Amino acid sequence: MSTLLEVPRPAATTAPPASPPVRERAGGAVLNVFTHGILLTWAAMVVLPLAWAVLSSLKTSDEVLADPWSLPSSPRWENFVNAWTTADIGRYFLNTTIVVAVGSALTLGMGALVAYVVARYTFRGNRAVYYLFVAGMTFPTFLAIVPLFFIARGLGLADSLLGLALIYSVYSLPFAVFFLTAYFRTLPTSLAEAAFIDGCGHWGTFLRIMLPVARPGLVSVGIFVVLGQWNQYLLPLILQSSPDKYVLTQGLANLAVSQGYAGDWSALFAGLTISILPVLVVYLSFQRQIQTGMVAGALK
Amino acid sequence: MRAGSRRFIITALAVPVLLYCVLVVSPYLQSFYISLTDWNGLSPERNFVGLANYARLLDDEVFWISLWHNVIAVVVIPVATLALGLFFATMIRVGRYRARGGATGVRGAAFYRIAYFFPHVLSIAVIGVLFSNVYDPTASGLANGLLGVVGIDPVNWLGDKQTAYPAILAVIVWLSVGFYVVLFMGAMSSIPTEIYEAARLDGASRWQIFHRVTLPLIWDTVQVAGVYLGIHALDMFAIVNVMSAAGGSGGPDNATQVLGNHLYLTAFQDSRFGYATAIGVALLLLTLVFAWVSLKVTRRDRIEY
Repeated sequence: MSTLLEVPRPAATTAPPASPPVRERAGGAVLNVFTHGILLTWAAMVVLPLAWAVLSSLKTSDEVLADPWSLPSSPRWENFVNAWTTADIGRYFLNTTIVVAVGSALTLGMGALVAYVVARYTFRGNRAVYYLFVAGMTFPTFLAIVPLFFIARGLGLADSLLGLALIYSVYSLPFAVFFLTAYFRTLPTSLAEAAFIDGCGHWGTFLRIMLPVARPGLVSVGIFVVLGQWNQYLLPLILQSSPDKYVLTQGLANLAVSQGYAGDWSALFAGLTISILPVLVVYLSFQRQIQTGMVAGALK
Repeated sequence: MRAGSRRFIITALAVPVLLYCVLVVSPYLQSFYISLTDWNGLSPERNFVGLANYARLLDDEVFWISLWHNVIAVVVIPVATLALGLFFATMIRVGRYRARGGATGVRGAAFYRIAYFFPHVLSIAVIGVLFSNVYDPTASGLANGLLGVVGIDPVNWLGDKQTAYPAILAVIVWLSVGFYVVLFMGAMSSIPTEIYEAARLDGASRWQIFHRVTLPLIWDTVQVAGVYLGIHALDMFAIVNVMSAAGGSGGPDNATQVLGNHLYLTAFQDSRFGYATAIGVALLLLTLVFAWVSLKVTRRDRIEY
């Protein structure tokens, strides 16, 4: 998958490029300034709102209202404590972590199992199972939310963290099955054959041989699924009704409305910063995998 | 078939398929039936009303406003995002191309790639809350703060019917561009450099190289990206629900209303579940029509290289 972004460029390495004429080089320099000007402008447009939110989270509410350009007189770290405890961002954060951890584990577990069976076993109905899952990718979730709301309430899955995790996982399954089926097909059949000859059963072959071998595929799907579930908004909005079961996106949106009335801007910005910074840290640590994974995943 | 295959297949598939059918397939199927009833969700009884909900859609002013806003989004967001994405990707990849003779990318290409992409991994709800404050109607908001620097009075971005929807569309473009920059950089990197060398020897200008060489060679990617963007633009729910006036009303005065939010309000605020589901079916039809039309319109012969 990394080939998508890193295709070797033989021409650039085999022969050093000829020096361009002087006139062109001067034109190139002007163009270079122009290029950098534009590229930096967009970079600033991306970074500025985020930096502004982080800066505002260290101000008092009065300072927030005064001037967007001012620096905080002294950094107010207690804003974060307020946001975490009083404004319940801490609870939302924890809830989201639980839901996404369980939800993505279930997605990967079920997705890998279905994909492996569909990719590696011939049986009647194989195609039907595959298309049943893949068809789920083409329908907008909106179409399902009204019946889903009542089904989830009937089964006791609404307003429950584990229930939400289960619902996240089944709605992520189409993508996981689609992607992982393609992945399992690329793995050599000789591996499974060898495992069978060595006396592994079907489950043993799947769990001990095929899953570890499929790790790169699982990681790509995992990144995509974790991000998607972490950012989910529609499903929790309809399913989680008591505030102590809120996830971060929902809690933050709710906080934005209530803090707006209360005039407590610093807690809101601190809450925003708490929602942004962990994602930034994870992103910076894994940005290459995330970018390749998401770009490849989106276009499958 | 190997011993025990059958049992393995059945035990492996049973749980995922059952859960998937109960929680995903059945809601989708049920919604087609619910859209033909007058169900209000409170009472178990639902009367079959045929196509009455669909007939009512035709007279629903808010439905048409929402539909129009969705159509605007489907045109504006892909066009603006693809244009900016192609522009930045070209600049990053071939910025130093004449100066150094190879398509190595400008200095700082890695930084641009990382910075531009970041908004895409943030939640739309978080971005919505962030930009609600950026667009604050007073001078304390970032947008008005910037205008203040050049001496323009504060604008009530999200409170004014004229500016509210464009302001929200701009946020979607803002968060989407980086993803497509990375995507197009990837596609461009698989074009052999010899083609550029040849074009340069023939005296092609920068624009000609982009227009006649790069664009045709990555057209497949651009096309898929456009369809993908358009399908996402049909959603718009989270951003409108978070950013529009008075806690997701689609206001001011439906100036930012989209089908997703109209559906949500109809179902979970007015308890008109039958009617809301009919809006959902309309949204599905719109998605299918869009995918079909865009694939027809953007069809070009594939170029092998």
